[in-house]
Amino acid sequence: MAMPAYYTTKDKVWHYTFRVICFAIFFFLLAPILIMIPLSFNAAPFFTFTREMLTLQPEGFSLRWYQDFLSSESWMRSIRNSFIIGIAATLLSTTLGTLAALGLSKSEMPAKGLIMGILISPMIVPLIISAAGMFFFFSSIKIAQTYLGVVLAHAALGTPFVVITVTATLVGFDHSLTRAAANLGASPTRTFFKITMPLILPGVISGALFAFITSFDEIVVVLFVAGVEQRTIPREMWSGIREDISPTILAVATILVLISVALLTVVELLRRRGERLRGMTPG
Amino acid sequence: MAQADATLMDTGGPAAKRGGTEKLVTADGVPLKRALERAQRRRKLVALGLVGPLLLFILTVFVFPIAQMMWLSVSNPQVVNALPRTLEALQDWDGRDLPPEPVYAALHADMVEDLERERRDRLTGPLGIRLNYEISAARSAISRTARQVDSFEAPFKDAFMDAHRLWGQPELWRVIKREGRPLTTSYYVAALDREFDEFGNIVQRDENRRIYVSLFGRTLMLSVIITAMTFLLGFPIAYYMSILPMRHANLLMICVLLPFWTSLLVRTSAWIVLLQQQGVINSGLVGLGIIDDANRISMIYNMTGTIIAMTHILLPFMVLPLYSVMRTIPPSYMRAAKSLGATPSTAFRRVYFPQTLPGIGAGGVLVFIISIGYYITPALVGGQSGRMISNEIARHIQQSLNWGLAAALGTMLLVGVLALYWLYNRLVGADSLKLG
Repeated sequence: MAMPAYYTTKDKVWHYTFRVICFAIFFFLLAPILIMIPLSFNAAPFFTFTREMLTLQPEGFSLRWYQDFLSSESWMRSIRNSFIIGIAATLLSTTLGTLAALGLSKSEMPAKGLIMGILISPMIVPLIISAAGMFFFFSSIKIAQTYLGVVLAHAALGTPFVVITVTATLVGFDHSLTRAAANLGASPTRTFFKITMPLILPGVISGALFAFITSFDEIVVVLFVAGVEQRTIPREMWSGIREDISPTILAVATILVLISVALLTVVELLRRRGERLRGMTPG
Repeated sequence: MAQADATLMDTGGPAAKRGGTEKLVTADGVPLKRALERAQRRRKLVALGLVGPLLLFILTVFVFPIAQMMWLSVSNPQVVNALPRTLEALQDWDGRDLPPEPVYAALHADMVEDLERERRDRLTGPLGIRLNYEISAARSAISRTARQVDSFEAPFKDAFMDAHRLWGQPELWRVIKREGRPLTTSYYVAALDREFDEFGNIVQRDENRRIYVSLFGRTLMLSVIITAMTFLLGFPIAYYMSILPMRHANLLMICVLLPFWTSLLVRTSAWIVLLQQQGVINSGLVGLGIIDDANRISMIYNMTGTIIAMTHILLPFMVLPLYSVMRTIPPSYMRAAKSLGATPSTAFRRVYFPQTLPGIGAGGVLVFIISIGYYITPALVGGQSGRMISNEIARHIQQSLNWGLAAALGTMLLVGVLALYWLYNRLVGADSLKLG
């Protein structure tokens, strides 16, 4: 926003001060995350910039922490676990969540408010309480410390996001399209896959991404429900931070930041596509 | 379902036009009213059938476990199961001096019978653990007695008192009598830093044993501070983004969304890297000669660490609702206020700010709800002074194994959060929860 010509000196001072403050806050938001990227190439096992790094000498930098990460058995297992659990939980929560959102969007649905409240409760209840409850329950039915237990727990935590995003997509959904398809002789299943699904797909995918990231980033439930065999990346980072904090964590963090940048891009593209499909101009 | 719909549309239309005198029927001769009802019912069933699987899933995997955990906070089967005869004999006991010999005889009978069970089914183990929550050393009293009880001979009173001194103290008997009921309030009493005195009244604990009330207080205080900080930092940038053209605003939005999408542990470890004594900020300050090497500032593993890291982590939750509200405020209102003679600060205070209140309410309650139950960040960067109630719950589940107390603390936290969420819903409606 350009400065209007009628601004007094005081206005001008405020105009610039305000911008300085804002950029300081943006700096506060981004700097901690970005600073880990150069530090992860540190040749020394410190969490600060060494003199060599500051003077940009090549011997100050190394890939040793990445090598450490890639050659570590437990880190590799945690990556495998994170993806296995994340994908299984996402499939489960996306399927159940999409079906439920379709049901909830029907005007005949009874007790909508109550059911919606129950379905999104995993998002509201503090994680420590969910984790404690699941820990007691899963131990009593002997699925604590199994993949099944962690997947079920993560699926439950992920479903609210799927329900919310898909319901939001269905708000702008033109139901005369499905009626038209039925009128032209398509079976309900065919109508769903040929008409409904392509239109709500952006919502389903972004819901699935949210569910995946929820599982991928989840640690509290993993701490309580998972055993050593099911340790995920955040669980491994947790031990890393608590027990022996080494710059390997920074290498992992850098990789995770890159993954989140990629996910952020995908979600943003999907949002724009969804708005375009529904005839809104992308914002 | 869709087919029935189509039939109705074919025949219902013209039929409705003909007026209400003759009986309306669908093409296959069924009265329209009944056909409509049937179609409605079928649609309702379809809707329920779609929601059903998820509802069932959430109820079993999520709602039921939490209800079960809440049940743990009042459930009290240990004494009742292990000592049925003793409890019956204790009924007439006045609770002052030691109980008479028949009570000890009943205790002997109960414990001997328990020995005949298989080892894993024995009830004295849970009994000892349960009584130990109330009196430390009760567990060792029970287990030591259980090892010897087989050889006890009358009079049992002396035999028990020889086995462990606690059996000669009325306090233990008072606890057994008080907890000899299937439901108990004692976990909640303990969670409120209170205890039973010798007359069964609830009194405050000694000052040095009060933990939880002040911990709840600290959790609330930290959540208020964090909410206030996110507001102070979030308001200016949300406002700035809302007055920029969309293209630039979206660019800045990435700065807000990137932390939002970055792993929680990455963000927490980033603050450890920055704030610790050998970290980037301290080393930078030493390098610049601002502080001595010996006087590095401790900014982490205390309350400051928790506040800084959690403000950073929760800031996006404040900015996103604020921004979406501010975008909808027409700039012409401010211009109108100024042209009517308001100074910029009056215009902001009286015209702009009140319109942002829904966003402030939404963001504030959201941040507050999340921070009040936060576990990971306080556990990693909070040290002793930055601990919150969640950390205490986790400690009781994993280390001290007092699950009843953990459940009582958890239930209190849950009720608080649900009340706040209800308030949030009243303020803004759950539908407005926006993601990214």
